[in-house]
Amino acid sequence: MEKEKQGFLDFAYQLYKTMKTNEISLVYEGEVTQEITKTFTSLTEKSLSKNAESNTVQKKVFNVMVECLQNISKHADSLTDEDEERRGIVMVSKGDDSYNIITGNIIKNERVQSLKDSLEHINSLDKAGLSTLFKQQIKESTISDKGGAGLGLIDIAKKTGSKLIYQFKELNDQVSFFILTSTIKRN
Amino acid sequence: MEVINIKGTDDTPNVILDKASGQFELSGRSLPEDVNQFYGSILDWIDAYAADPLDRTEFNFKLEYFNTASSKIILDILLKFEEIVENGKEVIIKWHYHEDEEDMLEAGEEYSDIVEIPFDYIVYTD
Repeated sequence: MEKEKQGFLDFAYQLYKTMKTNEISLVYEGEVTQEITKTFTSLTEKSLSKNAESNTVQKKVFNVMVECLQNISKHADSLTDEDEERRGIVMVSKGDDSYNIITGNIIKNERVQSLKDSLEHINSLDKAGLSTLFKQQIKESTISDKGGAGLGLIDIAKKTGSKLIYQFKELNDQVSFFILTSTIKRN
Repeated sequence: MEVINIKGTDDTPNVILDKASGQFELSGRSLPEDVNQFYGSILDWIDAYAADPLDRTEFNFKLEYFNTASSKIILDILLKFEEIVENGKEVIIKWHYHEDEEDMLEAGEEYSDIVEIPFDYIVYTD
């Protein structure tokens, strides 16, 4: 029992050290709701303005966080069909020259290929191409039942000016874990 | 027409739609989870307005931030005003953006590429 307690204390300290070393300002795993989205974005906004980050960067970070979190709250699948909660992980880290927003969520294997295709397509475009795609998509799209317009990833790529970094890890024959990293340059 | 005057929150914008005083404004933040719920009555109001608009409508957009679902709704709003233009009345969009926010200026330019309404871009500093 004592040993187990000690193990947790060590883990907490290791986690703290890792977060400090990598300047991770936020880690979360759980249900992603509008309330969570509002809380995290306002926390991050406060910490950025405390760090005297430029307005432009603050707005971009805010923007990308909202889109990433609302993507999870609208599209995340769950491990089992009975489970309706939309969960995910969220991490915000600060590097020397950029902020990284990392999100992860479960996705059904049958949806992986089309998401991969969209990501590849977005990554193949330059700024002008993204703007054209955005304008085309915004005209054609309709707001889904979930309240999305299918524009989130294009918007993230446009606003960050960086390629979307992603990975799919197959968990079993039903679902995979989708990880997306968005990078916002600090100058 | 009734006046719509909605006070903004941390995820919904200020909305003023007042035909009598000629005030049309959307400002602040727009990132509601359910855009249809928030904007439903606003779109209905604009539909009714479009049936009998003023000779000249000046619509101020002074948004600090909006999510992509709201960006679709903003296009829907602009398309309704485009119809007013097509019916021979004057509409002008005053698109305000903060000097540090090129993204907001670009968003306005993208809308003006899509709809046939004149846009005025107005820069502000805090």
